[in-house]
Amino acid sequence: MDLQFGPEHESFRAEVRDFLGANWRRGTDVAEFRAKGVAAGYLYRNIPKRFGGSEQPADILRARIIAEEFARAKAPVEVKGNGVQMLVPTLLERGEAWQQERFIAKTLTGEYKWAQGYSEPGSGSDLASLRTRGELKDGQWVINGQKVWTSYARECHYMFALIRTEPDAPKHQGISYLLLDLNQPGIDIRPMKQINGGNDFNEVFFDNAVTPENWIVGKRGEGWNVSKSLLKHERNMLGGVDRSEALFNSLLKLARRTTMGGEPAIKAMWVRDRLAALKAELEAQRYSSNIQMTRELAGEGGGVLQMMNKLAQSNYAAAIAEAANILIEDESLISPMDNPRPGNERWVNQYMNSLAAAIAGGTSNIQRNIIADRVLGLPRDGAGA
Amino acid sequence: MRFDLDEQQRAFQQMVADYLETECPKARALEAHDRAGADLAIWEALMELGLGGIMVPEEQGGLGLGLLDLAIIAEPIGRFAAPGPFFDHALATLAIILAGSEEQKARWLPDMATGKLRGTVALAEEKGVWTAENWTLDGEARISGAKNHVLHPEGAGLLVVGLKGGRLGVVAGDAEGLAVEMLPSTDGGRQIGRVTFSEAAIELLPRAEGARLVDAGLILLAADAFGGASACVTMAVDYAREREQFGKPIGSFQAVKHQLADMALMVEPSVGLYWYAAHAFDTDPSSARVAARLAKSHITEVYPKVARRMIEAHGGIGYTWEYGAHVWLKRALFDQAYLGMPQAHRARVADLLEW
Ligand SMILES: Cc1cc2nc3c(=O)[nH]c(=O)nc-3n(C[C@H](O)[C@H](O)[C@H](O)COP(=O)(O)OP(=O)(O)OC[C@H]3O[C@@H](n4cnc5c(N)ncnc54)[C@H](O)[C@@H]3O)c2cc1C
Repeated sequence: MDLQFGPEHESFRAEVRDFLGANWRRGTDVAEFRAKGVAAGYLYRNIPKRFGGSEQPADILRARIIAEEFARAKAPVEVKGNGVQMLVPTLLERGEAWQQERFIAKTLTGEYKWAQGYSEPGSGSDLASLRTRGELKDGQWVINGQKVWTSYARECHYMFALIRTEPDAPKHQGISYLLLDLNQPGIDIRPMKQINGGNDFNEVFFDNAVTPENWIVGKRGEGWNVSKSLLKHERNMLGGVDRSEALFNSLLKLARRTTMGGEPAIKAMWVRDRLAALKAELEAQRYSSNIQMTRELAGEGGGVLQMMNKLAQSNYAAAIAEAANILIEDESLISPMDNPRPGNERWVNQYMNSLAAAIAGGTSNIQRNIIADRVLGLPRDGAGA
Repeated sequence: MRFDLDEQQRAFQQMVADYLETECPKARALEAHDRAGADLAIWEALMELGLGGIMVPEEQGGLGLGLLDLAIIAEPIGRFAAPGPFFDHALATLAIILAGSEEQKARWLPDMATGKLRGTVALAEEKGVWTAENWTLDGEARISGAKNHVLHPEGAGLLVVGLKGGRLGVVAGDAEGLAVEMLPSTDGGRQIGRVTFSEAAIELLPRAEGARLVDAGLILLAADAFGGASACVTMAVDYAREREQFGKPIGSFQAVKHQLADMALMVEPSVGLYWYAAHAFDTDPSSARVAARLAKSHITEVYPKVARRMIEAHGGIGYTWEYGAHVWLKRALFDQAYLGMPQAHRARVADLLEW
């Protein structure tokens, strides 16, 4: 076991720091900074240069160092969202050359934003039962049906969607992965309010919406597998302690500055105990991620641990929420919604958000099924893994 | 020994539950979260049913019953998450009953029993400090200072204010020197404001019953929380029966079954905690101090946990505002935080039991 980054990586770290020192300060134009980050080989590393990436050899340690140093400097990294995180890897894996050319570069700069059109009212955990249908007529797909919980659809230009195009095929084989322009008369997007008061998700109705015949990724009926192809690219899933760490640090800050029953909270024995327990869990996640990274480097794949990341992280967010709720005491009576100057009650929002983490992107039970079936090798019952 | 409600109590509780089932379905409970300002209509209707007078002595037009009789009504109110000032008005009324002079009782209670005069309580000062021993506001005829987390202060006819030494006083809702700042409340069914007194006229209640008033409040919150938590179990079970994925009801997956069974286990056996505490309050006040804290800390800690699980069992629809599941989660946060968190009450229990 050798837990140090080698000299080569330490000198790389110095190089990244120099770059950030020279090019990033608050107020710098973000798009220009990102372009420099790409030119220097720090951003969009696994994306070919011709699509706007920096096309660097896979090096998870370097990627980690970049992430750490950018975070330390509070410098912007890659554009976030479904487009960069889900569509681009899928197009790289399965898209046609013209699709890659047309969509990737502008998605990387954030010019094209993408909604993920998967879930439907009747199809969430059992996604493959989806019913929104597409029929090929006169050189275009005609789409009818409904998607739901579609995050940010109103702010997006396009959607990548799973659509049933082969109604007679078995359920997993009848789905195609289609790209659509959201700005058209056949599409009606209605915002839905979330329990934290946010308005990020939507219902999307398709009434003879259309998209060109060749806006399909993979072949007809291959959509299910196409949608899974990005799993191979979810390397960023490996280094996922950033969120947990940010949550822990804010909780610690809260404990340091708040009082409980009139006494400094951080001095209470059980608060110290709870914080230290959460710290242990955080470090476990960090080391687990390092182990995954090491194995990935050795070509063994993140494997078993990787399948536990999502549940570990959403459970952690819930544990933080519970601890924060105790620390803020009666400040939770006040809502951060419609609140011009929220204080500690901001944590009420995190309390709600931590529930979203347990539902969106595959519920905790579905994660448990994945662990049970794929990690533990238990007999399958065909439901949800 | 008979550890159960009697026929009359059950019938009374059932009557309120039946009433709320029609008058306060989920969509109605949600409405309070969508509107600005207090939602008094359901409370007014409950007052018309006579629920304002449960503990009011017969001489003042009430039923002269005990806290147990009031608490078992708080349970269905919690179950249906009925919005409005039921809790605060009940506590203000009880303050007059416990601490008022005969003359004060005769002056206020008849109208409080019918709801014609609405009262609320102003107790909290510093963050997390709710106990009567820690109240600092003081004064014989006038008071100055502030109280936090006052429920439905706007339009209240009188405010019962917690004072130094566990004493209580009454400030008229339209008193000069009284200012109310409404804040956005997490539980849209209970509106919260901060009240500031600047040399406001106060009329003292002769008996220093603040500590006992808080005990009663803890028990009523525990009862509300029990009702709400059991509603969460029911909602999750009903949804699991109905919602199909993978070609069957999600409730047929053993994982879901076990989760629902655990939720029921967390909730159902705890009913005796609030019953016992209320009974003790009526018959043996000294043991009620501990019992009230055990009930409040246990049940209001279970409630948010069960509410979260109920939302998770619903998946995406549970996270959607319009569906209304969150009403119970937010009420759970309220019941847990109001009058102090479980941790504070458990610490007190350990002290009271001289551990
Ligand atoms: C904040 C948020 C954002 C979202 N954004 C998007 C988006 O952008 N695009 C998109 O397509 N979708 C999005 N979703 C939808 C999300 O993917 C679904 O909500 C999720 O997959 C669950 O599906 P469902 O809501 O239909 O719940 P259901 O599948 O009906 O699940 C209900 C309950 O049953 C349990 N369950 C189901 N099957 C099993 C089983 N076999 N074993 C044990 N338990 C089971 C679940 O765990 C859950 O507790 C979002 C959801 C949220 C909350």
